[in-house]
Order: sequence, then structure tokens, then C-alpha cells
Amino acid sequence: MTTSTPEKGPNPGEGRLLRYVDALCEAFAQEMRRDESVFVFGLDVDDHKCIQGSTRGLLQEFGAERVFTTPLSEDAMTGVAIGAAMAGMRPVHTHIRMDFLLLCMNQLVNIAAKARYMYGGSVSVPLVVRSMIGKSWGQGAQHSQALHSMFMHVPGLKVVAPSNAHDVKGCMIAAIRDDNPVIFMEHRLLYPTEAYVPEAAYEVRPGKARVVAPGEDVTVVGISNMVVECLRARELLAEAGVSAEVIDPIWLAPLDIDTIVESARRTKRLVVADNGWTSCGASAEIVAQVLERAGDAGIAVKRIGFEPTTCPPSPVLEAKFYPNPGTVAATIHAMVRPKDAPWTPDPERTKLAYQTQFRGPF
Amino acid sequence: MQNAVAAGTPSLETVTRLYHQLRLIRVLEEEVARVYPTDKIKSPVHLSIGQEFVSVGVCDVLQPRDHVSITYRGHAAYIAKGGDMAAMVAEMYGRKAGCAQGRGGSMHLVDSKAGVIGGSAVVGTSIPIAAGFALADRRKGTGGVVACFFGDGASEEGCLAETLNFAALQKLPVLFVCENNGYAIHEPRAKRWATDRLCERAATYGMPAHHVTSGDVFEVRARAEEAVRAMRGGGGPVFLEVDCYRWQEHVGPNQDYDQGYRSQAELIPWIEDDQVPRLARMLDASVVERIDAEVRLAVAAAFAFAEETPFPDPEDLYDHVYA
Repeated sequence: MTTSTPEKGPNPGEGRLLRYVDALCEAFAQEMRRDESVFVFGLDVDDHKCIQGSTRGLLQEFGAERVFTTPLSEDAMTGVAIGAAMAGMRPVHTHIRMDFLLLCMNQLVNIAAKARYMYGGSVSVPLVVRSMIGKSWGQGAQHSQALHSMFMHVPGLKVVAPSNAHDVKGCMIAAIRDDNPVIFMEHRLLYPTEAYVPEAAYEVRPGKARVVAPGEDVTVVGISNMVVECLRARELLAEAGVSAEVIDPIWLAPLDIDTIVESARRTKRLVVADNGWTSCGASAEIVAQVLERAGDAGIAVKRIGFEPTTCPPSPVLEAKFYPNPGTVAATIHAMVRPKDAPWTPDPERTKLAYQTQFRGPF
Repeated sequence: MQNAVAAGTPSLETVTRLYHQLRLIRVLEEEVARVYPTDKIKSPVHLSIGQEFVSVGVCDVLQPRDHVSITYRGHAAYIAKGGDMAAMVAEMYGRKAGCAQGRGGSMHLVDSKAGVIGGSAVVGTSIPIAAGFALADRRKGTGGVVACFFGDGASEEGCLAETLNFAALQKLPVLFVCENNGYAIHEPRAKRWATDRLCERAATYGMPAHHVTSGDVFEVRARAEEAVRAMRGGGGPVFLEVDCYRWQEHVGPNQDYDQGYRSQAELIPWIEDDQVPRLARMLDASVVERIDAEVRLAVAAAFAFAEETPFPDPEDLYDHVYA
């Protein structure tokens, strides 16, 4: 068994059980106390709902100069954030859906990603762009997209998709302290999930993946909320006698491909389960990088992601659109046991991922 | 002349200073145009010849702590704000000692020490960046202001409307300066604007807006001085639209009146009212002679530096992707 040891990885039992959303909020408060240049802005960050609670208390503690809403002007507000960052501030620009980042693409791709390079190293853009991915309750076509692969494509951006309360705090602190633009991808369904979170500030730094659960037969990489779903699939597969190793890359750019390659060389099978489309997606990139690195190691690969359609709101169609622990488990079973009869876990037992609060272990 | 602000009689010092800057930028860009056919300049160049008075008038009232946000037609504003000329020419030559180490080119000039925010080749994109600098200035209490230059084409981009609203809402110290030269590449304003009431559009966001139609560098300077004084007192943004004319082609060193999209007759009044000889006539011949000699030497030195200073190492390609 190989386990990855991130720099300040979580020890079960260390800290308190905290919800993802509260861990995120704690990260903002601690960084804003530490560094006056940090400010949080974006539509609704200062209203009574506080972005589902993730900015609760910040306005009261830090005032309207550092916690403020904006007009619905995502394009210009992204430019304002970039300008402020170049001028020495550390803005955290908040969007309640990742879909809205499409309105920010010119600024993010043409300026944020390139400024350091195109201005000859004379400026830096310490900017965090946080956005939330929606799922279920009929989020539909434009409230459900996970667009991380678009950002992974562009040199100069960092991309992170923490899957649990421990990492969301450590990644946010690392992102705020980073001198580069970071696309910070949260998942709405993870907000109520709990994990042990140390009280003191700590960083979960870029470029280090974590082996979340060990296994022998197959390497399963889950992205964002798919880590949780893959862990459930792993439990179901164990009952069918298949041992899956689950890896959470945490940071998608820079990507810790070595940890994934090491695992896949051993298991000879790699499945990447993404919460996005597979075409030109993060799953395609991870598979390609592993095969390039591993050479003729004979690794079988499979990508799992959204169906190649737009996300529909009808629950029946939506259920078919998303991968889930059942489809992940069935796909893996077919890969590991190709000669066995097809196996699908009891659908009732695959719905558990978000009905049971996720408490680790990691 | 509409809305003329009383420019008063400019002092001899002011005339001398403005003439120096106007002449410097003119000679520099004429040299760029002269050298360009040799292919030593490895960058598309968008010359400001004829419109230098806008940058010179505005930047004359700025201080070192202030910033300018420039466009891809940014040579004039870069120099007028005090950007390093040798580093600028070296940048156009693609050299390591260029202001962006050969990674920017003419369209992405930058000089952080001089307060020149980097330019963008995507029209309008630098406008909200300027507001971000102003927001940071206010938070840090520097007392600085930001002059944000853009063209009439950029005024059609959504981000200008978004930025005007935000700057007015937040009372940010931004002087928006629209260099209205009437053309976006080859398309005249009449094919792009339903009305030419740009200042009215800006004013409705809640800021003073003035239209300078005279082509007079002193009027530009006086308007900018008044605006900057108000902004330093917390007065929020000001909008300035300055009519001007691009003498050369959109990109490149030549004139293009033979191409049929505009008539040379448009150019004639601007040449007759060219601010460079106009200011020269206001000075003693000996002063003009001295300044012209200084300018020629400085420009020659900048080009000599660019010719001699080395290219980057190919391995430098990978530097500065991340901070």
C-alpha cells in the first residue's frame, strides 16, 4: 500500500468536526485577521444569507471596506479584482455559480493568467476566484457546470477543487497566500459535509494529491464531490471483492500526477471520475498524462463524467446525466472482472453519498 | 470649442515641459516608423502620431504615485508618464532588457516603477484593471489617482459601462480618458454609434463628463488638472472625451489614405493645428533647438541600446508563468 503524506495532512481526530461551509468561512476570517490586504467581494457576500453561510460574520468583523457586494458586472469586477491584486491587495472574488465565470473569461484568461508573464515578471496577481458548482434540485443547464478543465488548459492559472472540510480550509488559506490567480471550485452538495478541521490556520498546498483510501485492484481518481461518490463506490465494490484505491488530486493545476502514476503502475487500472464532461476534460488530461508517464506499463483506463448532454432539471433525466456511486462501481467492476457477469449494486444503497454526512476518514 | 475650460495663459515652464514631451514622443515614433521596414522591431506597432497631446496634457498633472492605464496604442502615455524609453524600444526589439523582458511587445508596455499599468491588446480590457488600482489606492490611502486611457472603440465594450457604474458607485479616483480618433481599425464612428453623445452616456452614471473638441493640449491639461484636484479631494471619477486624429494606419508605420476608407481631407485641419509646432512657436528658438537636440540624442540612445542589448536565452521561455 502506498499512502501519500501531504505536508500538513489531516489526522483524524485532530481539530473539531466542522462543516465544509464553516471551515471555508473560518479560513476567510483567519486570513483577513492576519493580512489587511485580503478582502472578500462579489454579489451577495454581505447579504443576510452570506453565500450559504460561507461569509457569515465577515461584514460585522471586517467592515464594508473589506466585505462588499458588487453590481452584476462579472466582467469588469474580475478586472477590478485583478487590478487590485496587481496593486498589492489580495482579493477573494466570489461567484455563487461556476457558470458565471464564463462572463469573466476575458479577464481571467487574457489578463489574470498572463499578466505575470506578459509584463516580464514585474507584477503578480494574487487573486482567488471562488465559485460554487450546483447539483440537483433542478439546477439545470446553467447552474450546474464544472468548468475546471477550461481553466486547467491555460498556463498561469491554478485550479483547486477541495472535496472535504479539512481541505477546503487549508486550500483556501493556501490560495489566498498564493501569489498567482487561483480558480477555487467549491461544490454546493459538500457544504454540509463534516470533517475534522484544526482550529489554527494551515495550508493544503498546491501540487500534492492525497491517497484517500488504499486498494490493490484499481486506481480511482475522484474530482471534487466525486471523491465522496468514489469512496461510496469503493465500499460497495469491497462487498463484491474488488479493492479500489481512491485518490483525491485536490489541486488540478498544478496536478500531482506522480502520486496517480505510482498507484496506477501498481494496480494496472485507472479510472478517473470527474464532475464534468469527459471530452477534453480533466479526466482526459489525467489519463493522457498517466499513459505518457507510464509508457507500456499496460494500464487500462476509463473516464467517467457527465453524460455528453446539457444538464436537465427533470429528476429522471438528471439522475441519468450524473455519474453516481452505482455507475462508478459497476464501471469499475466490469473493468476489473471483465469475465464476470455484469454487476450493479443495489440502487438504494448507492444513494447514500449525500444522505449520510461524510466524516472521513480521509 | 464646446465646454472650454479657461486654460489661462500657460506658464513658460509648462509650455517648455509639454513641448519637450510632445517632441520626444513624436521623434520616438517617427524613428519607430523609420526603423520598422528593417524588420528589427519584432512587434506590431500602433503609432500615436498626431494624438500625443492627449497623453501629454493628462500626464503632466499626474505625480509619481499616480498610475496610468494604457492601451495597445500606448507609446505616448507610457512616455508621458515617465516610462523608461530605452526599455520600451528594447521591448519592441524583443530584447531581454525590454520593459517586459521581450514577453510583451509594443502592445503590452509596462513600467511599474513609473506607474504605467501594463497595456492590453484586447480592446477595453484594461479599463476595469485601472479601477482595481484605484480601489487599492484608496484602501492603502496612497492619495494616488489613476488615469485610464482608451479609445472610442473601447467605449463600445460592455466593461466600460460596468466600470463607469462601479467607479461612480465607489467614488473611485479614476480619470477616464477617451481618445476619440473616430476610427476602430477602419470602421468610422458613424457605422458604430447610434448617437455621438458619449459624454452624456458617461454622465448618467454619476460623474462629471467633459468633451474636448479643440485639439488643444492646454485645454486637455486644464481639464485633467481640475479633475485630478477634485478626485484627490474624494470627488470620485471624472470622464474626459478628447477628439483627436490618428495620422498613420491602424497598425504599422505608414499612412493609408490611399485605401479609401477615409479621406486625406480629414487630416489637413489636424496637421494645421499640430500641437508640436504650435508649442514650438510659443518658445524661443534657442529653447526649441536645445530641446530638439536633447530629444534626438535620447531617442538615438534608446535605439542604440535596443540594438546592442541581447535577446533572452531560449530557456527563459519558461520564466514567469507563475509568480
